[in-house]
Amino acid sequence: MFDNFTGMAEPMSDTPFVAVEGLHFARGDKEIFRGVDMLIQRGGITAIMGPSGSGKTTLLKLIGGQLMPDAGRVLIEGQDVHRQSRKALFSMRQRMGMLFQSGALFSDLSVFENVAFPLRVHTDLPGTMVRDLVLMKLEAVGLRGARELMPAELSGGMARRVALARAIALDPELILYDEPFVGQDPISMGVLVQLIKRLNQALGLTSIVVSHDIKETLTIADYVYVVADGQVMAHGTPKSLDVDQDPRVSQFVHGEPDGPVPFHYPAVDFISDMLSPGGPR
Amino acid sequence: MIQRIRRLGRRGCDLLEAFGRAGIFLVQSAVGLPSREGLYLWVRQMHFVGVLSLAIVLVSGLFIGMVLSLQGYTILVDFGAEDALGQMVALSLLRELAPVVAALLFAGRAGSALTAEIGLMKATEQLTSMEMIGVDPLRRVVAPRLWAGFVALPLLTVGFGVVGIYGGYLVGVDWLGVFEGSYWSNMQASVDFIDDVGNGIIKSLVFAVVVTWIAVFQGYDLVPTSEGISRATTRTVVYSSLAVLGLDFVLTAVMFGGLA
Amino acid sequence: MKRSKTMELGVGLFMLAGILGLVFLGLRVSGMTLQTPGDTFRLEANFANIGGLKPRARVTMAGVTVGRVAAIELDTDWYDARVVLELDDDLQGQLSRDTTAAILTSGLLGEQYVGLSVGGDPETLADGDTIRDTQSALVLEELIQQFVSNMVSD
Repeated sequence: MFDNFTGMAEPMSDTPFVAVEGLHFARGDKEIFRGVDMLIQRGGITAIMGPSGSGKTTLLKLIGGQLMPDAGRVLIEGQDVHRQSRKALFSMRQRMGMLFQSGALFSDLSVFENVAFPLRVHTDLPGTMVRDLVLMKLEAVGLRGARELMPAELSGGMARRVALARAIALDPELILYDEPFVGQDPISMGVLVQLIKRLNQALGLTSIVVSHDIKETLTIADYVYVVADGQVMAHGTPKSLDVDQDPRVSQFVHGEPDGPVPFHYPAVDFISDMLSPGGPR
Repeated sequence: MIQRIRRLGRRGCDLLEAFGRAGIFLVQSAVGLPSREGLYLWVRQMHFVGVLSLAIVLVSGLFIGMVLSLQGYTILVDFGAEDALGQMVALSLLRELAPVVAALLFAGRAGSALTAEIGLMKATEQLTSMEMIGVDPLRRVVAPRLWAGFVALPLLTVGFGVVGIYGGYLVGVDWLGVFEGSYWSNMQASVDFIDDVGNGIIKSLVFAVVVTWIAVFQGYDLVPTSEGISRATTRTVVYSSLAVLGLDFVLTAVMFGGLA
Repeated sequence: MKRSKTMELGVGLFMLAGILGLVFLGLRVSGMTLQTPGDTFRLEANFANIGGLKPRARVTMAGVTVGRVAAIELDTDWYDARVVLELDDDLQGQLSRDTTAAILTSGLLGEQYVGLSVGGDPETLADGDTIRDTQSALVLEELIQQFVSNMVSD
C-alpha cells in the first residue's frame, strides 16, 4: 500500500506536516484500520472522507494522540506522537486545535470564557490582553455579540463557530475538524465552509477535515483521502476523484444509493425470508 | 461446565481490573497540590454538592430525630425510663443514623448528579476536547468534585445530627413532656465527644470518600451514550448505598463492637 | 462575577454552620467543658464486685459529680476489682482517710456510678492512695437468691 502510494502522486510540496504510516487499530475484535498511510502537506486543507462508521473520528483521535495505535506511527513534523512523554504530548497539543463533532463547548462557562479557556490555561497574559484576543477570535467567526451567552443558548451552528474560535485561540498550526458540517442547515453549513477556507488562508493553517458531506468538502479541500474498510481506498485532488473510474469511489463521490457498498444489511434472500413459516420475527 | 468456570474467571478478572482502574483514577486525581484556580473550582463544587444538598439533609434529619423520639418514648415510658430519651436519641443519631442516612441521601442527591454531569461532559466530548487543549480533565474536572465531596458530607452529617437532636427535643420535651433538664443531662452524661461524635465523623469521612469516588468514577468510566449515562447514574446510587451499609457494619464492629 | 460572590458566601456559611454544629455537639450534647482536664488526682479503690460499672462512669459526692472512673482492672493479689478514680484537684487533701466508696445505681435500671462519702478521720487521702472502705455493687441475682433462701429457712 505504502509503495503504491509514494509512486502514485507526490502532492503539493516538500516534507509533509503530518505523516501517518502503516497505521493499525482495533477496537475489541473489530479491526478499524488495517494499514493506513497518509501524507498531509503544510498549509493546505486535506479532507478525509468515507462512509459513516469507517473510523474517521478514530483517525483524528489517533493523530491527536488520544488513542494508541496497535501498529504503525503518526509523525507530526517528524516527531512520533505516541512516543512522547505526557508533558511533551500536551505541549504538542497546544499547537493543534480540534473542532469536535458536537462542538464540545464547556457547558458551565460562557462563550467568552470558553474561548478564553486555552489562553488562561497556557499563557500568563494580563486580563485586558486575553479580552482583546478573545474578541478578535470571536469577531473572526462573527459571534462577538454573543459573548455573554451560555453554550445551552446557542444554536448548533453557532456552537460550532464558537468551538472554532476556541480551537484557534492559541494560533495553532494544525486544526482537526471532526464532521464540521453534520446536522447543519444550508445557511450555517455555507458559513462554516467559508470560515474554514478563510481561516486556513488567513492564518496559514494546516487543516484536516473529516467529513462525509461530499459536496461541501470537495469545494474547499486541496487534497482528498477516501477511507473505507480500514484502508485508504483512493486519494487525489477533488478533480481527479471526480473522474475516478473505481466503482466504489464513484459511488461514494457521486452519492449513489446502491453499488459496491450495498444498500442492504447482509440478510437471507427476501422472498424466502417472507415465505418462511413462523419462526422468530 | 468449563465454559462457565471460564466465564466466572473472566468476570473476576474484569472486576479486578475495574477496581485497579478506579484506584489509579482516585490517586491520579485526588493527589496533588491545588492551585488558586483549583480552589475556585472547589468552591463551585462545594456549592453544588454541599450547599444544595443541605435542605434535603436537614429536613430528613429533623424528621428522623422526631420519629426516633416518638418511638423511643413509647418504649422507654413502659420502664419508667423516659428520662433516658435524650441519651437514646443522641447516641443512635451520632453513632449510626446521621452518618449512614446522610451518606445515602448524599449518594442520591449529589452522587447521582455528579455521575450524570461528568457523564454528559464525556458524552459531549468536553473531556476529550479539554485533553486536546492540553488540560488534564482529572485535575480540572474530577479533583475539585472529589475534594468537595470529601469535605461536604462530614459537614452535612454534623448538620443532620444537630437538627435530629433538636427534632427529638421538640417531640420529646415540648410535646410528650419529658423533663427538659433530664433530656440534656442524660445525653451529656452518656455521649462522649471522641467515642461517639468523633467516631461518627470518622464514619462519615469514610462514606464521603467511598460515595464520591464511586459517583465520579462511574461518570468518568461510563459508555458515552444517553443509555450509558442513565445506567451509570443508577449504578452510582446502588453501589454507593450498598457500600455505605456494608462499610457501616464493618466500622461499627471495629468502633463499638467491643473490639476497642 | 456577582453570581460567584453569592456562591462563595453560601459555601462559607455552609462550612461555618458545620463547624458551629460540631461545637454544639461538643458542648451541648457531649457536655464537654472548656476547662482543661489536666488538674485531677487519682485514688484507687478495691471492690469485691463492681457489677456493671464501666470506665468513664461518674464519681459523685452527695450527688455532685466530682470525677470519673479512669480504669478498671482485676487485682490478681486479692482477686477483686481495682478501680482507679480520677477526681477534681480541689478535693486533694480534703477527703478524710476513712472515706467510703460505694457503687450505686441511678434509678432502677440506670447506669452505675461511684458515690463517695467522707468520714471523720483528720488525716486525708493524697494522690495515689487507696480507699479502704468500699461497698460493692448490688447484684440483683444475689439479692433474689438471699430473699429466696430466707423464705425457705422460714
